[in-house]
Amino acid sequence: MLRIHWRFVVLFLGLVFVQVLLLNNVLLGGYASPQVYVLFVLMLPVNVPGWLLLFSSFALGLVVDAFSDSLAIHTAATVFMAFCRPAMIRFFTGNMVLQGQEIPSFSIFGSFFLILYSLVLIFLHHISLFFLEVFNFGEFVQTLSRIIISTGLTLVFVIIGFALLDRSFSN
Amino acid sequence: MRDLFRFIQRYHFFFLFLLFETVAISLTASYQYYHQAFFIHSANIVSAKVYDTFDRVTSYLSLQKVNRQLLDDNTRLLNKQRKNFVITDTDVFIAHDSIYYRKFSYLHAQVINNSVNRRDNYITLNKGSIHGVAPDMGVIAGNGVMGIVRNVSSHYSVAMSLLHSDMLLSVRIHKNDHIGSLQWEGTNYREAHMTYIPPHVELAVGDTIVTSGYSVVFPENILIGTIKDWEIRRGETFYTATIDLALDLNKISYAYIVKNLMQEEQKDLELSVAPDM
Repeated sequence: MLRIHWRFVVLFLGLVFVQVLLLNNVLLGGYASPQVYVLFVLMLPVNVPGWLLLFSSFALGLVVDAFSDSLAIHTAATVFMAFCRPAMIRFFTGNMVLQGQEIPSFSIFGSFFLILYSLVLIFLHHISLFFLEVFNFGEFVQTLSRIIISTGLTLVFVIIGFALLDRSFSN
Repeated sequence: MRDLFRFIQRYHFFFLFLLFETVAISLTASYQYYHQAFFIHSANIVSAKVYDTFDRVTSYLSLQKVNRQLLDDNTRLLNKQRKNFVITDTDVFIAHDSIYYRKFSYLHAQVINNSVNRRDNYITLNKGSIHGVAPDMGVIAGNGVMGIVRNVSSHYSVAMSLLHSDMLLSVRIHKNDHIGSLQWEGTNYREAHMTYIPPHVELAVGDTIVTSGYSVVFPENILIGTIKDWEIRRGETFYTATIDLALDLNKISYAYIVKNLMQEEQKDLELSVAPDM
């Protein structure tokens, strides 16, 4: 098996390809679309250094932007999400005994907290993403409905991702 | 000084966040002024290559459909130009004639990436500056307008789709020559809205909408779609009509890039009269 950080490199590239080649073409409920690449930020180990968390999120957003002709809005949204992550982890794992190198997963967080943790961060990511995309608050209701539908879609894909990758990232 | 370092070190996570976020926001905000300079668009060498490869694989799946579309287009063109027997194996054919001065020339391209699910959609094409593509050229299909070229690299170009918030197209009702402008309001990718139709104009469901030829980008009389419905919106005095787009932008696989040979001349002339137009 690959060393753990190489697995994250593979995950990074894999998610970018899945996102830009497949999911960018998914159209559901008007024009909402899933952004499964955020799974990378959600899955980084609990004790990942702050600079590495922000830098890898920045790089991830930039690569997705380079493929999607979306200026740097994915970059801005992903960096913002990464910034909120440590606080969310502290909030949702307050009562748990963690050593630090754990990777967020069903077995470590429990299904309830894992889904809640993913939902909040995905929602924060999508709020910044979709408002930056329209760049005004004029189409507020429309944008809000896109955010909500896309958050649900992304959450489904992220949960599937967590379930599929549970084994290969746990040791 | 040491306190300052300690302060920065203590809150380095926050400062790093500010730094990255500032870079991202400024890239987003300054893009409209410098958009040729940045690599973050899908005409850059890496992402264009990836899309090109992926398209080469997936295009086999739609070959039958594409062939039928090409046959349709060819038949229509042959019917229009029965006297044109000139056979040429190059992409561009320019005739010199003292009576007819050529205004538009065409180049075909393949769509290698496209989206309809965002507020601002783009189309990536496999023709670039070495094929003569430049920003502000039009992109059309056999039965409709697709977009306008924005970025160009040597082998690829990215066009802003008709489904883009900056896209404002001058259009005409074919039966009575009334002009209006067409814009996509971001809900359904098969429908756009035509605004500024004076209320005395008689409209009917199914009226054909075509390009007006006033713009410096597209030739006249390219099909846009048909009228589905119209209303006077609150606070407005003009009709806004809902247009069923003839071209399904989710199913495009090839395109024609239109070059207006007199674009500079018309633009310069119009600018000299009204600089803020």
